[in-house]
Amino acid sequence: MRRTLALLGLALGPVLVLGVFFVLPVGGMVARGFWPDGGFDPGGVVEVLTRPRTGRVVWFTVWSSAVATLVSVALGLPAAYVLHRLDLPLRRAVRAALLVPFVLPTVVVGVAFRQLLGESGPLGGLGLDGTPVAIVAGLAFFNVAVVIRSVGAAWEGLDPRPAEAAAALGASPLQVLRTVTLPALRPAIVSAASVVFLFCATSFGVVLTLGGLRYASVETEIYLLTTNLLDLQAAAALSVVQLVAITVLLALAARLRAVPDPTVARRTARPRAVRRSDWPQVLATVLLLALVAAPVLTLVLGSLRVGDAWSLGNYRALRSTGEGALLVPVTEALVTSLRTAVDATWMSLLLGLVVAVVVTRRSRTPAERRVRSVLDGFFMLPLGVSAVTLGFGFLITLDRPPVDLRDSALLVPVAQALVALPLVVRTIVPVLGGIDDRQRQAAASLGAGPLRTLATVDLPAVWRPLLAAAGFAFAASLGEFGATAFLARDERATVPVVIFRLIGSPGAMNYGMALAASVVLAATTAVVMLAVERLRVPSLGVL
Amino acid sequence: MRSVRALASTALVGLTATAVTSCSLVGGGDDDEPTSEGGTPTEVVLVTHESFTLPDEVLAAFEEESGYRLEVRSAGDAGSLTNRLVLTEDAPLGDVVFGVDNTFASRALEEGVIADTDVERPAGAAAYDLETGDAADDLVPVDTGNVCVNVDDTWFAREGLEPPADLDDLADPAYRDLLVVPGATTSSPGLAFLLATVAEYGDGWPAYWERLVDNGAKLVDGWSDAYQVDFTQGGGKGDRPIVVSYDSSPAFTLDGEGGTTTSALLDTCFRQVEYAGLLEGAANPEGGEALLEFLLTPEVQAALPESMYVFPVRDDVELPADWARFAEQPDEPYAVDPADIAENRDAWLREWSDVTTR
Repeated sequence: MRRTLALLGLALGPVLVLGVFFVLPVGGMVARGFWPDGGFDPGGVVEVLTRPRTGRVVWFTVWSSAVATLVSVALGLPAAYVLHRLDLPLRRAVRAALLVPFVLPTVVVGVAFRQLLGESGPLGGLGLDGTPVAIVAGLAFFNVAVVIRSVGAAWEGLDPRPAEAAAALGASPLQVLRTVTLPALRPAIVSAASVVFLFCATSFGVVLTLGGLRYASVETEIYLLTTNLLDLQAAAALSVVQLVAITVLLALAARLRAVPDPTVARRTARPRAVRRSDWPQVLATVLLLALVAAPVLTLVLGSLRVGDAWSLGNYRALRSTGEGALLVPVTEALVTSLRTAVDATWMSLLLGLVVAVVVTRRSRTPAERRVRSVLDGFFMLPLGVSAVTLGFGFLITLDRPPVDLRDSALLVPVAQALVALPLVVRTIVPVLGGIDDRQRQAAASLGAGPLRTLATVDLPAVWRPLLAAAGFAFAASLGEFGATAFLARDERATVPVVIFRLIGSPGAMNYGMALAASVVLAATTAVVMLAVERLRVPSLGVL
Repeated sequence: MRSVRALASTALVGLTATAVTSCSLVGGGDDDEPTSEGGTPTEVVLVTHESFTLPDEVLAAFEEESGYRLEVRSAGDAGSLTNRLVLTEDAPLGDVVFGVDNTFASRALEEGVIADTDVERPAGAAAYDLETGDAADDLVPVDTGNVCVNVDDTWFAREGLEPPADLDDLADPAYRDLLVVPGATTSSPGLAFLLATVAEYGDGWPAYWERLVDNGAKLVDGWSDAYQVDFTQGGGKGDRPIVVSYDSSPAFTLDGEGGTTTSALLDTCFRQVEYAGLLEGAANPEGGEALLEFLLTPEVQAALPESMYVFPVRDDVELPADWARFAEQPDEPYAVDPADIAENRDAWLREWSDVTTR
């Protein structure tokens, strides 16, 4: 009992934050649907659920996200192996570069994709523009980095000896993969896949831009219902569907993730030289790089064109406000973006670490285990709920003391931290859960206090995933658009918001600047990722 | 020895945290707002949509003349703006709203989010007043623009084809696969174009849209997709020479030799008017009225074309040279009664979705 209380005490901080910044706003919006004119009237909501259109929308969301998740995992696994286990030149740079799509604003990537796939584009012959294939490709493009990074971080810390032993006993590489490596990686893979699925299911721009309006997902439908039709009952119905679906998904993922003995003998393997047997994976990684690079390259080339000539004019113009399209120059927005990202990163790391510690400590009673798994799922929710619902919810619930935060400068980083939180938790939990609890007990019996135990047992193992998570959180914040566009004040516009405005304004210069700003955002991300990867703390020993 | 290490690592974490906060927003401390507790309000808050911009010096002029600090909060499009106002009725987001257009004006008025004001209309502005209900003049017209079909004249000249002239032509097989349209459910010009077809064909508009779709009209998400990606004269050099855009668009496709490469078809236009109004429950109604009057001054009105790509409602301000030459306004654009729009918008949009996504 005391342990459960202590557990809840530790969890109190994060729960409170999520309660105020997530449960309250989303609950407020859903309540508007159930209590349309003050009186409780769930009939309207139920009616929406029976519409055939609702069924179509839900089905499309589920299958397109599922396929996109499978594609992301299939493409991401070989790359995670190659980039985290093999000693290849430039692998750090490639790892950083692969995270670039993750931060690019969907509106720009949508344009880049359509320039590739459109009727007059180089891949126009495939006739993919406006098809579900284009949507799935777009979703995978954005999310494959999640798989590479979080599975890669786990793979890197995987003891190579069992695999070597299996190989020495005559197992073929495929057998080793199937019987030794994949089972050990399963928690990380399932974690990454569930995050990717949630990102896909709530993706907004990709579906609209690449689907040519012919496909509606739950997210686009909620957007339409809330911002255009003001049909809050229908929006509430779909929000409830979202919440139920996520809960089911998370329960499923928790079951798939669970392994009889999560403890992993941790020994950071030295990256080894490439062997002949590695060629298929290397080839797959190169292919993935090419796929990711194509739309980015379109952007870079486009940003270097002014009129019919090559020029850096678009980049020079970033210090201006465009042809009147902006209130702040792009350079200033970049500073805002970076500062906001720093805040969002430390917030999500702090919250994420506490959550990870809480949910991975060994449970002594079934009740305790249940509390931990509920908490685990609870912190994934923000990823699965529409940014529009959250944004409108902020406006109607955080509007009076004690939580009058509508105009607070903190709102944007907090919202971004909530989006990044599941990424952080899902990256750290598999590793933290893999630490043998006996190590902590040993430390304690040798006289170490709880903090000391944390520093000597947990921190060394969790350091790398923590860095990976920090990179993620930073990137997620830099690229976040939905909630930010809704909450950011004009003088604090971030780069994605500014890009959206530029590309929506007439004039060749604004268009060129939007492309140039995207390239700058991408380059900034890559540089930050590279710097994060190089961070080392020598005093922490096993690194 | 061990404890020294632990101490060192703790110190390092602490140092990093300090270094990090120095470049964050939280540590920035630049959030000192003038508060209005008890005393007279010192700031005016303008709630608007994401396309709002005005030159710095114009905004500064307001602060100087009125003595109020101006705070601009923008997000979303005209529809999302209106709905935000309706949802936050009990605790208004600011003092003044700008950017409610004639397709959403009725919703704003009916929901009672606009307060009574008495703002004098300058020369020409009254022509854009709403004509529905008693409270209609609480919404002050600020700017106007027309959504029109645009054509790439160079493309048609090269192909030796006569460009289309009106809505009927767009369904003509001669123009098969040439048109790209932003969606009515996802964009404001898309909705305006749908309303133009409603004005022209009445109840027969779904049949017209079926013909359009059968004739290969391409539907995309928003204006930037249609114009920048698919239109032949947009930034991405697409391959469709007919696009739904604005009457001012030709002023942005200059050929560098004293002409423009595109033109707006003036018989296909739907007029959009953007309004401003005082919000019910505003903290600073005097400041709000001052801002409303300011939006109608020649300085703001003259800055509108180059800041927000729209025409002023005053007829006594000079247009920029390119606009005067290339941005022609239609004499008799299509119009639909705002009350009709309010009543039928949702049904029309649902039917439009059905017709176009079959």
